[in-house]
Amino acid sequence: MKLSKELFSFLQSKEIQVDIVRPSTTYWQDAWRRLKQNPVAIASLILIVLIILVAIVGPLFSPYSYSAQNFDSTNQGPSAEHWFGTDGLGRDLFTRVLHGARISLSIGFVASLLTLGVGVLYGGIAGFAGGRVDNIMMRFVDIMYSIPFLLWVIMMMVYLKEILPENAGLISIYIALGLVFWLPMARIVRGQILSLKEQEFILAAHTIGASRWRILIRHLIPNCVGPIIVTATLAIPEAIFTEAFLSFIGLGVSAPKASWGMLASDALTSLKSYPHLLFFPAGAICITLLAFNFLGDGLRDSLDPKMRK
Amino acid sequence: MEPLLQVSELEVQFGTYAGIVKAVRGVDFKIFPGEVVAIVGESGCGKSVTAQTIMRLIPSPPGKITGGSVQFNGEEIFKKSERQMRKIRGNTIGMIFQDPMTFLNPVLNISTQVTENLRVHKGMSIHQARDRAVELFNLVGIPEPKLRLKQYPHQFSGGMRQRVMIAMAIGCDPKLLIADEPTTALDVTIQAQILELLKEIKERLDTAIILITHDLGVVAGLAERVLVMYAGQIIETGTIDEIFSTPAHPYTWGLLKSIPRLNMKKGQKLTPIWGQPPDLLSQLATCPFLPRCDYAMEICTREMPEPFGRNLVKCWLKHPQAPHVQYNREVS
Amino acid sequence: MAQYLHDTPILEVKNLKKYFGQRVSTGKTKHPQDETPDMASGDKPKILPEKQKRLFGAGGGAVKAVDGVSFTIKTGETFGLVGESGCGKTTIGRTLVGLYKPTEGSVIYKGVDLSKATGALRIRNRRQMQMIFQDPYASLNPRMTVGDIVGEPIDIHGLASNKNERQERIQQILDLVGLNPEHINRYPHEFSGGQRQRIGIARALAVEPELIVCDEPVSAVDVSIQAQIINMLERLQNELDLTYMIIAHDLSMIKYVSDRVAVMYLGKIVELVYSENLYANPQHPYTRALLSAVPIADPEVERKRQRIILEGDVPSPINPPSGCYFHTRCSSALPICREIEPEKTDLGDGQWVTCHNL
Ligand SMILES: Nc1ncnc2c1ncn2[C@@H]1O[C@H](COP(=O)(O)OP(=O)(O)OP(=O)(O)O)[C@@H](O)[C@H]1O
Ligand SMILES: Nc1ncnc2c1ncn2[C@@H]1O[C@H](COP(=O)(O)OP(=O)(O)OP(=O)(O)O)[C@@H](O)[C@H]1O
Ligand code: SF4
Ligand SMILES: [Mg+2]
Ligand SMILES: [Mg+2]
Repeated sequence: MKLSKELFSFLQSKEIQVDIVRPSTTYWQDAWRRLKQNPVAIASLILIVLIILVAIVGPLFSPYSYSAQNFDSTNQGPSAEHWFGTDGLGRDLFTRVLHGARISLSIGFVASLLTLGVGVLYGGIAGFAGGRVDNIMMRFVDIMYSIPFLLWVIMMMVYLKEILPENAGLISIYIALGLVFWLPMARIVRGQILSLKEQEFILAAHTIGASRWRILIRHLIPNCVGPIIVTATLAIPEAIFTEAFLSFIGLGVSAPKASWGMLASDALTSLKSYPHLLFFPAGAICITLLAFNFLGDGLRDSLDPKMRK
Repeated sequence: MEPLLQVSELEVQFGTYAGIVKAVRGVDFKIFPGEVVAIVGESGCGKSVTAQTIMRLIPSPPGKITGGSVQFNGEEIFKKSERQMRKIRGNTIGMIFQDPMTFLNPVLNISTQVTENLRVHKGMSIHQARDRAVELFNLVGIPEPKLRLKQYPHQFSGGMRQRVMIAMAIGCDPKLLIADEPTTALDVTIQAQILELLKEIKERLDTAIILITHDLGVVAGLAERVLVMYAGQIIETGTIDEIFSTPAHPYTWGLLKSIPRLNMKKGQKLTPIWGQPPDLLSQLATCPFLPRCDYAMEICTREMPEPFGRNLVKCWLKHPQAPHVQYNREVS
Repeated sequence: MAQYLHDTPILEVKNLKKYFGQRVSTGKTKHPQDETPDMASGDKPKILPEKQKRLFGAGGGAVKAVDGVSFTIKTGETFGLVGESGCGKTTIGRTLVGLYKPTEGSVIYKGVDLSKATGALRIRNRRQMQMIFQDPYASLNPRMTVGDIVGEPIDIHGLASNKNERQERIQQILDLVGLNPEHINRYPHEFSGGQRQRIGIARALAVEPELIVCDEPVSAVDVSIQAQIINMLERLQNELDLTYMIIAHDLSMIKYVSDRVAVMYLGKIVELVYSENLYANPQHPYTRALLSAVPIADPEVERKRQRIILEGDVPSPINPPSGCYFHTRCSSALPICREIEPEKTDLGDGQWVTCHNL
């Protein structure tokens, strides 16, 4: 086969393609793309957003107040008027569950935030300082770990109830949970930082003269965000559950405020005759915990840097 | 002569989140009994994937063999069951990897690992297998084999581990030995030991060896024939003398001109290859080397070159109508 | 490479030692026990020399990563450091730029002992010495854009007075290393190995250094890209009057880029010569063995070559041999080699070798 002659002339100018054309995705875009592939996590995320929205705006639209008693209609079953029925004092259970959501969720988020602040900093400093500082700091964590967690929270609660004014039940729960929940976070962050700090990009930061603080904040911690977010997310359901448990044994928020745990606890006395009183708050707890746990797992998969190429 | 291994039109791809990576794009080659063939090419060009496909070791998913055939000893590898493959792996085809630690089990002692293969494939008794292991260790130059067999992988240095791997690979007298970067992880002096050992094995056992490497020095010292790979294709083949003195593909030229040599004269300069290695995510309709080629012609932008001549050079410069370009290594 | 313009030393290293306590090794993948020195000893406990016992207690030994090296680097030259894995090349490099504290000895930069320098002088000196790392994948923070990576040193040292100047400076540096200005907002994972190495070099250049320690700058880069990086380093040296210390295990590369080469074995420098003499006239038996072990990309040469194959492995730096560290593998060892450590033999012109049998 004869080909035309021009085809064999050398190219005169040729834009040299220097770029590797990879799609430009940031870490977050990438993680989000992977999360989207996980239907359970996405469903959980949507559910959580819904629960939060309903908890915020729901009570505003409810015709009932969470504390208003109505002795004409006590212990009613679910109906068009009272969706979840009413309790022994005639309070609308749906409104109370919505209010409970506010309290339970706020406890979850505050505990998680405290975990984030304290745990990340503590673990970060321990891991980065290394040597003796690390040793002492982590032995302290070990000691805290060796105290049974519930015992510790109960002790804190009892103590905080003493020193704080009467209506500070919620605050004492925040503090008690916050004081305990940072432990796993500290461990995880420390482990991450220990392995990161030998990496060459950290050494490079040292050589260009970055201060230790800068290295910790700008280089080390941003590279642990994945595990940090996962741990913080998983701390939320744990805090909600712990609070429910505390309320159940009578150490939670005080009446007439209602957390889900308290609603469940209240329902227990009349469980045989009015099971719906337990069913709704317990169901709310279950669904929320499941959603957060699924989301946490999904986040773990999508934020895990090992999956990245 | 009948080829021992015949790979034709092989295509392998990987599904990754960024898209489909076409790692091997139509690879053809033959290996004859007893010859040492090197596959060279830069990182990611598909050398390891080709080797793993021959052994059917591609993880799937994400890997997928999308075309072609591999015939070993006249039998189609892709038609074999997993059980039949196990009879081939480690028996008639031996394999040596870059990092022996990924292959050796850290909690089993060396003796167990070396003899297992022999017992499974050759039906040896424990005693026979152990005697054979001692023999093999002597062959690959591990002193005090009896004592060493009792030890665990972590008690061996890198070079010694590689020797263990070689001993295991040649244990069943394979017809073909695939060595994937056998010396890349080793020091120069240890590398020299291992290369010397491979040379000796080649002479003594008359096994065919596929040597995968990116080090042209290693190729020059050990191989008889070379396959140059670029972007999942074999772009040139030839005997080592042909490849080193009269290479035909501009990529091979660039490769040879961009490495410093010990006997280089003062003032001689390296000539780098411009640009970046190709991204295997993209589809290629033209010569993959085009963006980096100094001799690109009009036709290169239009059509994929077909393999020309005996050495299967995938470059339009080899077309009879193309201008004649002389390769000169010493040019500065 | 550039002929050095001055003979004034920019850096002097005197009897530098760096020992690692064994338990410190956290992130390092290479554990000392990986390198079983003599095969026969197996897992029997080693008998520690008296001095080591005193230093580190009888329980464990220190890794003598760098065991007394002295050399000077002249202004404007390229000083090569070559040796097998684990011989302490990286450790020297990192000690020079201040990432490790020396166990003993001193590093003198422009006449100032770095361990004694304080305050502004210390910061200035540190700034003028930069490092390029081996692994282009691990040496860039994956969460920072190229602009931030190159801009960080500018921020830290206040090298730009405002945002515009900073931006301009970053563009200038990226241009210098052959990267597109459009790359500024991209993340490291979007680049190939060679491009990443360029980003690493850009970061080092951003501090306006005078001496750059390049730790295996091309060994993790594609073969076809290596020459790009090497040529670029040469060009930068000419344009910016840089002094280089280049670390590599690839002898042909080292010989090509360096003016002088130091050959290391087990924490010590055994020979320091001009690179043209390295190939033509190697003095130390180890250098000779190393040269003969390097595969040469030329079948003609390979066929005719007589190889010196060194027996055995590199001994462990925890418990190095007596006398000349190389005597256990040396084919021309004399009885004295086992007893006494050889002194430096001056070869003139700042070249020397340590061997009893010259
Ligand atoms: N398990 C896998 N999943 C996804 N992609 C893969 C996988 N294995 C290999 N690849 C891709 O296939 C291509 C070829 O890889 P291969 O390992 O064969 O390269 P190579 O030539 O052996 O390179 P090297 O010299 O680095 O070993 C690469 O682009 C790689 O990213
Ligand atoms: N942080 C550390 N802790 C303990 N030991 C170390 C540490 N860093 C290095 N070593 C040891 O010091 C010795 C010298 O290491 P170094 O990294 O300097 O070698 P190298 O010459 O750069 O080798 P390579 O060519 O493999 O990079 C090795 O035996 C190593 O195991
Ligand atoms: S086909 Fe064209 S572009 Fe490809 S190597 Fe040959 S001349 Fe260069
Ligand atoms: Mg490979
Ligand atoms: Mg090193």
